[in-house]
Amino acid sequence: MGIIKAFKLGFDYLKYDEDGNVQDTQRAVDDVNLDIEAGEFVAILGHNGSGKSTLAKHLNALLLPSEGTLWIDGTATDEEPELWKLRQKAGMVFQNPDNQIIGTVVEEDVGFGPENMGVPTEKIWKRVDESLQKVGMTAYRHHSPNKLSGGQKQRVAIAGIMAMRPKCIVLDEPTAMLDPNGRREVLKAVRELNQQENVTVILITHYMEEVIHADKVYVMDEGKIVMQGTPKEIFSQVDTLKKYRLDVPQVTLLAHELRKSGVDIPEGILTTEELVSALCR
Amino acid sequence: MSIELKNVTYTYSPGTSYEIHALKDINLMIPDGQFIGVIGHTGSGKSTLIQHLNALIQPTSGTILYNGEDIWAEKYNRKALRSEVGLVFQYPEHQLFESDVLSDVCFGPMNQGLTREEAEVEARKALQQVGFKEKNYGKSPFELSGGQKKRVAIAGVLAMNPKILILDEPTAGLDPKGRDDILDQIAELHKLRGITIILVSHSMEDIAKYVERLIVMNQGEAVFDDTPKAVFAHYQELEFMGLAAPQITYIMHALKEHGLPVDEEATTVEEARGSILSALKEMHSPLFHEEVTGGQENA
Repeated sequence: MGIIKAFKLGFDYLKYDEDGNVQDTQRAVDDVNLDIEAGEFVAILGHNGSGKSTLAKHLNALLLPSEGTLWIDGTATDEEPELWKLRQKAGMVFQNPDNQIIGTVVEEDVGFGPENMGVPTEKIWKRVDESLQKVGMTAYRHHSPNKLSGGQKQRVAIAGIMAMRPKCIVLDEPTAMLDPNGRREVLKAVRELNQQENVTVILITHYMEEVIHADKVYVMDEGKIVMQGTPKEIFSQVDTLKKYRLDVPQVTLLAHELRKSGVDIPEGILTTEELVSALCR
Repeated sequence: MSIELKNVTYTYSPGTSYEIHALKDINLMIPDGQFIGVIGHTGSGKSTLIQHLNALIQPTSGTILYNGEDIWAEKYNRKALRSEVGLVFQYPEHQLFESDVLSDVCFGPMNQGLTREEAEVEARKALQQVGFKEKNYGKSPFELSGGQKKRVAIAGVLAMNPKILILDEPTAGLDPKGRDDILDQIAELHKLRGITIILVSHSMEDIAKYVERLIVMNQGEAVFDDTPKAVFAHYQELEFMGLAAPQITYIMHALKEHGLPVDEEATTVEEARGSILSALKEMHSPLFHEEVTGGQENA
């Protein structure tokens, strides 16, 4: 079994009337099966309202399944009475950097997680040092978080998760509010954590260029997983992706258009280098 | 309906140790009917700049003229200015507050002095122009999806019939289809109503596709002000400012370096496709056979 496994996972949002009776249910996650191996970099794509974020909230037990089961590192989330233990294994980073920073000094913010877990003080500082270093924010440790750029704040948020030493980190559109530079910084930090620390990464995003290095991509629509495969396999299907309100990286789209016009190059080109070597043989 | 900025400077917290020069000596002329893009990294002064355009903040020094009149003159009617220069903030969904969509969009025009009936006429027109379906008019704004909320918020500003519409990252957090839909609608409005559009965006691809003029903000200064093609030609300087060019720009430069005679100035997929096809033809590349003439290569 992988680090995260879902079997026939289903989730309903309930709408109540004024007397507290269930008035309406809305299925947000429907019959989802997942098996994510430790150390993998997994991306989840899907349009607004496709169920990505609801699924993500199951991955660290912020939501519990209405149907089916989700296991984090072998423990079913609906059978663990102490959910915070699970949340230490799978940390979560959200979209808005301003909503997830609580400390008045960067290093205190990063230390909040381990302190809450009851880690002894000297070990907390060691973890803070390590985590800040991993995301390249050591130079800012004594700064106030509200003077940082968006990308820097997101890296502090990631360091705060890393200080809890999770096995898995779930990022729900971490770059949606950032400028191009901030986006690059955050992605670089996330990829390094995955490659150097072997942390499992689950990245939810609307930016297609951000997933080209993932090991595996899942595409969601109406709560279901409708496509899965390597980035190359997924992005070869330009027209299917458009049907799901998604897109492909510009370089992939350009290659696709050139193919349609009769140029003899392979489908599923993901990087500028690939396109250049296909065209300039 | 022009806006002119003359030597505009803005300083946050002047005289304290937190003093920040957010705008430094900005000179801009914004004539009627342009579609303008504004880019810049976080903290470059973009938001401060656009808040000056409808008098939400007063410049520390310099003047702002709307149709030749100083908007900070003593008797100037700034309330009227704000209904002519509409501003849609980033995360416009946070601006929604009424119990149903139609009432929310009516709020602006009613504030301008229209009756509910008159306001509804404007509101319906605006909602239709942003592509919002009539069957959802009675819904609570909080039941809507992200894309729908943004449309309602934009309609709320449009219903006041602004002459200039400023949008601060209207598509942040939307899926690709939602992003294209909203921007297509804005481009359509630009054509239909002939209003000036000022679009702040972090997406260079969107900028390249839609705008005719691009202003680049860096450290409080407008460092570039030209066509997108001319600005993106400076892609290395843009990177230095924490920005980038569209991915297509990089592809075209890389192809040229590897000997394919393409137009480096292409910034959209469509332009790049045309340019690559004609370069391949010119090179008599074995990769490309034109269907009509078929097999004309003589290597």
